Amino acid sequence: MVSGTDPQTAALLEILHGVPDPEVPALDVVELGIVRKVELRPDGVVAVDVTPTYSGCPAMRTIEEEIVAALHAGGHEHVELRTVFSPAWTTDWLSDEAKAKLKAYGIAPPGRTDSEQALVPLTSTIRRAPCPYCGSSNTERRSEFGSTACKAIHYCHHCRQPFEEFKAL
Amino acid sequence: MDPLFEYLLRLGDDRLILGHRLSEWCGHGPALEEDIALANVALDLIGQASHLLRLAGTVEGRGRDEDALAYFRDAIDYRNAQLVELPNGDFGHTIVRSFLFDAWSVLLLDKLQRSTHSELAGIAAKAHKEARYHVRHSGEWVIRLGDGTDESHRRAQNALDQLWPYTGELFASDDVDRALAAHAIAPDPPTLQPAWRGVVTDVIRRATLTLPTNGYMHSGARQGRHTEHLGHLLAEMQILARSHPGAKW
Repeated sequence: MVSGTDPQTAALLEILHGVPDPEVPALDVVELGIVRKVELRPDGVVAVDVTPTYSGCPAMRTIEEEIVAALHAGGHEHVELRTVFSPAWTTDWLSDEAKAKLKAYGIAPPGRTDSEQALVPLTSTIRRAPCPYCGSSNTERRSEFGSTACKAIHYCHHCRQPFEEFKAL
Repeated sequence: MDPLFEYLLRLGDDRLILGHRLSEWCGHGPALEEDIALANVALDLIGQASHLLRLAGTVEGRGRDEDALAYFRDAIDYRNAQLVELPNGDFGHTIVRSFLFDAWSVLLLDKLQRSTHSELAGIAAKAHKEARYHVRHSGEWVIRLGDGTDESHRRAQNALDQLWPYTGELFASDDVDRALAAHAIAPDPPTLQPAWRGVVTDVIRRATLTLPTNGYMHSGARQGRHTEHLGHLLAEMQILARSHPGAKW
């Protein structure tokens, strides 16, 4: 997550903290790591770098429009938005605070990414995500693909509740 | 023809066409979870394609964006491999095709994320993370279907036998590939084959399926020679954009 080092940037970040992710409104676009950089240039233009979570994230255009709208509403008339791909977005950027918000919202937070894992591992190596409702680890992954690109579907055998996980990427 | 433009079309078209094929499963999946999974993978692939084709348009420098390249080229100008344009067939056929592609794609993207072309490297690094999910999904299903019932085993083996002659094209090398390899922009395709064969052989063995022997391999799609299936796919994919050019909604 980017943080403000000077008052000007901090004020801009404060505005962007007010823009929730349309699909996971428990988190804002700064907490999610979609906003990579924001600065007020000497020419008065606010330059924002954003990075997509998934290549095909259908919410990306809405997110960009909402970022621009929030900055306009904050009195910044000229906004320049740039899409950057490097470094690639990862759930490892989510802070502990952001993960706690996800859990409170009913979405299991992501585990650490594991780039060493075999391409097609044996089933026994699949992570059991703790249930966000009852905390039990007696859960089962039903599918790594869920209602949005960033979520997987799990089932809790303890409280018998299906739940979603924000999957590690 | 700029080799980089040509190469980006190949990368983008592979993902656009396979993404479209997988999107045809939407509402027809064998189970709700699989319906959602195939649509998710399709979405990733079409997203990757849009980034790659946008970059292709920039490299070409003639003002074509990703939509112009996707919707206003004919089959002969498409550069995807024949493997991805073949009709879906049954679920097993779709899964085996995806696995053969995903195992190749994840290895290719791993190399491309270290490309000397920084924009391509950035797009590839993102796509590589997604491709790891794709190959895990298709690979696990190949094992379940192959090592499942007699019926699922028979269908998976049939699919593997039918699709195998379309895999040679993924590793063919021409002047475009060699030009990019010389500048370390992309790996020369044959260099990926041993690792791909390793991944495929391992999964096929665990699936109790039999690896086909290498016989005749189809070729030519990278130069625009496609099966008859691509034209039909494009007709459906492109009709809206061509009937209402510039339409927005």
